[in-house]
Amino acid sequence: MAVETQQGGAVGQSVRKVDGPSLVAGKPLFTLDLDIPGSLVGAILPSPHAHARIVSVDTSAAEQVPGVRAILHHGNVPRVPYTTAGQGWPEPSPYDTVLFDTKVRFVGDRVAAVAAETEDAAAEALARIRVEYELLPPILSPEEALAPGAPIIHDEPDAEGIYDASHNIAAAVDIPIGDAAAALAAAPVTAEATCEIPYSQHATIEPHCVIAYFDDAGRLVVRTSTQVPFHVRRIVARVVGLDPARIRVVKPRIGGGFGSKQEVLLEPVAALLALRTGRPVRMAYTRQEVFVASRTRHPMKVTVRLGATKDGALHALEMDVLSNTGAYGAHALTVLSNVGSKTLPLYNKAPHVHFHGRAVYTNLPVAGAYRGYGATQGYFALEVAMDKLAEKLGLDPVELRRRNYIRVGETSPIFEKIGEGREGTAQIVRSCALEECLRIGAERIGWREKRGQRREEGPWVHGLGMACAMQGSGITGVDMAAATLVMQDDGSFRLLVGATDLGTGSDTILAQIAAQELGVPVDRVLVYSSDTDFTPFDTGAYASSTTYVSGNAVLRAASDVRAQILDVAAAALGERASALELAAGVVRSRKSGKSLTLSEIGHRATYVTDQRQIAATASFACPESPPPFAAFFCEVAVDRETGVVRVERFVVAADCGVAIHPQAAEGQLEGAVLQGIGHALCEEMLFSPRGRCLNAGFFDYKIPSSLDAPAIEAILVPSEEPTGPWGAKSISEVGINGPLPAISNAIYDAVGARMVRAPFTPERVRFALGVIP
Amino acid sequence: MKLSFELNGIEHYLDVEPGEPLLSLLRRLGMKSVKEGCGTGDCGACTVLLDGRAVRSCLMVAPQVQGKRVMTLDGLGTVNDPHPLQEAFLECGAVQCGFCTPGMILVAYELLTRTSDPTPDDVRNAIAGNLCRCTGYVKIVDAVLRAAEWKREGRWR
Repeated sequence: MAVETQQGGAVGQSVRKVDGPSLVAGKPLFTLDLDIPGSLVGAILPSPHAHARIVSVDTSAAEQVPGVRAILHHGNVPRVPYTTAGQGWPEPSPYDTVLFDTKVRFVGDRVAAVAAETEDAAAEALARIRVEYELLPPILSPEEALAPGAPIIHDEPDAEGIYDASHNIAAAVDIPIGDAAAALAAAPVTAEATCEIPYSQHATIEPHCVIAYFDDAGRLVVRTSTQVPFHVRRIVARVVGLDPARIRVVKPRIGGGFGSKQEVLLEPVAALLALRTGRPVRMAYTRQEVFVASRTRHPMKVTVRLGATKDGALHALEMDVLSNTGAYGAHALTVLSNVGSKTLPLYNKAPHVHFHGRAVYTNLPVAGAYRGYGATQGYFALEVAMDKLAEKLGLDPVELRRRNYIRVGETSPIFEKIGEGREGTAQIVRSCALEECLRIGAERIGWREKRGQRREEGPWVHGLGMACAMQGSGITGVDMAAATLVMQDDGSFRLLVGATDLGTGSDTILAQIAAQELGVPVDRVLVYSSDTDFTPFDTGAYASSTTYVSGNAVLRAASDVRAQILDVAAAALGERASALELAAGVVRSRKSGKSLTLSEIGHRATYVTDQRQIAATASFACPESPPPFAAFFCEVAVDRETGVVRVERFVVAADCGVAIHPQAAEGQLEGAVLQGIGHALCEEMLFSPRGRCLNAGFFDYKIPSSLDAPAIEAILVPSEEPTGPWGAKSISEVGINGPLPAISNAIYDAVGARMVRAPFTPERVRFALGVIP
Repeated sequence: MKLSFELNGIEHYLDVEPGEPLLSLLRRLGMKSVKEGCGTGDCGACTVLLDGRAVRSCLMVAPQVQGKRVMTLDGLGTVNDPHPLQEAFLECGAVQCGFCTPGMILVAYELLTRTSDPTPDDVRNAIAGNLCRCTGYVKIVDAVLRAAEWKREGRWR
């Protein structure tokens, strides 16, 4: 690697997480760990019906409950259409939500909220709110939503940005390049796959929670478990009608996000309850509410059609998407766009590409951002179709990928055609180590020796499968991050970033990026992040953006501060700055050998001569979004009698450029892969015929435990991204895109059944095997 | 009702409502390391040690600890003087968001007080009731095995 790691704690070293010592000591770092005297408890009345008009809300009995301080409902809260999706500006999701509506659109939709002195009083008050509903027929599938004459879920006149409300279509895309239909019809070899992903949940272990209180100046402080503090501030201000300058949003440590906290859910309710009562208000979703009333992955049905020459060169790709956005259109358009934009460029050689899809409303829970953000759904279908194509061609699936994946110096028209709800940005790929990922992954799993062998052990049959994926690093033309770096009088540094560490380790990684430039160990850089009063702007932690976008901002600030340090040293030493070098905490002259320590320089600038604050603020707007790449290989065992699928081993080899913190990068891959295995084997929200979620809890909705986790081997394959900070690209999402298709393909290798409906439960496998007719 | 119990080595004598969940009592007493992830005993984030055995504090009521010893993560080590098991979690990268970490460390501590030589499967079994959504458990298992190694080397106090 070109990166110098002369410093302990600089780039490429798995240094101790800056927040690690306090996390392992159990310090009160999370949102609800702060006790604010006099706090009220906020709680929400959920709709028991999937689709109904609210005829009346009677709060008179609830108001009589001792300790009740405020009750909010549509009758006493101004109607402001907004979107809960925490995205940049202009917001690409439709304004189809109001805090309290006269209509409910899913079981769990918000009807009213109370603030009370105790949890018991709040619960009692909720129980005494009398709501009269006029029931409407519920729509429980995208197909029903699109049927002629279907009830209209968003018939309110003040919604904005819905693609076609009268047909329940929240968003639609249609991107033709060349003539895919004709090319498919004429292709010598074709393959097709339709794959379905159900409702699934992020299941962060910390539920969504918030405290809204007033500081000593009477300003509203929103302390919240969020991925997007700056969007929270903007959206809360608009929805509750408060000057944004009167709002401070603080993100403390947060207990996982994965996209579910890129949503502004509890914050405006807590803020409004605090404003109405003049008291601090704490709110937290119960686990059941997290499942039903936070956000989910968009359930989708994706069809991929591939046309290729006889030697396996892809000539045409078509992808059709039917996405279920649930009751509201949070991220409906952008997730839909990403199904194509993050998948189709991987196989960039085909001149004919057609990407089209619709995101439709149903009376089910609201989908939103979830790690992978549509790419996960797209890769399931794309990579199963590639496996089918390889079989038809008689080619090794690895070889088929090799003949088609995008290389350094190449582009794809998709980059330019599809962006985040609008046109994208043309870009070329400047780094790609997928070849090496494929080689290492195949070798590690034993691809050549074990694939197609159908090794048997009693009822168990073993098989191997693989898949490839890419993602992006931030959103071009949308994401912007800023960083402020200040040198202290003792020569140590303070780094202020709007970036939001969700547990990914970004505070540490950003400190490393600065430390590398400043030639100091990481512990000389104190990081303070995600506070809208004290840190500069950052769009937030989503779209795999923090290392690349926020990291580039930090590097720019550090490089500016470094230049200022050299200037001060040059004056002190009576030399030109160009003759000086900064390393190991010392500025030294190459000419004279004279030197000054950073603490001497900090002291001089602060107190002695030509006094000034050595500091810089820099920002970085994302001009391109370099994709990380990954190759996934797994071995499964399938019990032919019971249909049980066991993942024996899972190997992921990924190119994230230069891994700033290799251990954290591996951790992202391992965690993403296990979430993907959960999607593949066990995770699915189930609903009653009236739209009520039947398994809204960890007892019935299974997420993998340590006993369900196979041996996961995460391998980092280095490349160097020239536009990235110290050569880095992203890593947080790409790992979730592979498990669904790799496991499906492995099941096919083992028993010849194509699993195209996730999760691959024993029952579905037995159906596919014909054990259940 | 009156309740007396030992919390992280300190005797407590106080008034509680008989139905108060142990989780809520402990957090009220400032033990914020005890986390609520589900309230139904499914996630393990609220794990504490009761007379040395791992229990879910969300499923217990305060009076059940009468006369007993309760240990939370706060009783294990501190930021400036962490226990080797906490060190191992740091060194192995077993902490991502850190929300499951207190419960994870306590069930691992219980395991390692019973044995100094656990197999990877022993570790997986010991932490099976504690859900983590960030790590895929890989580095958590590594950390517990490393802490066990340190214990065998006599580095535990």
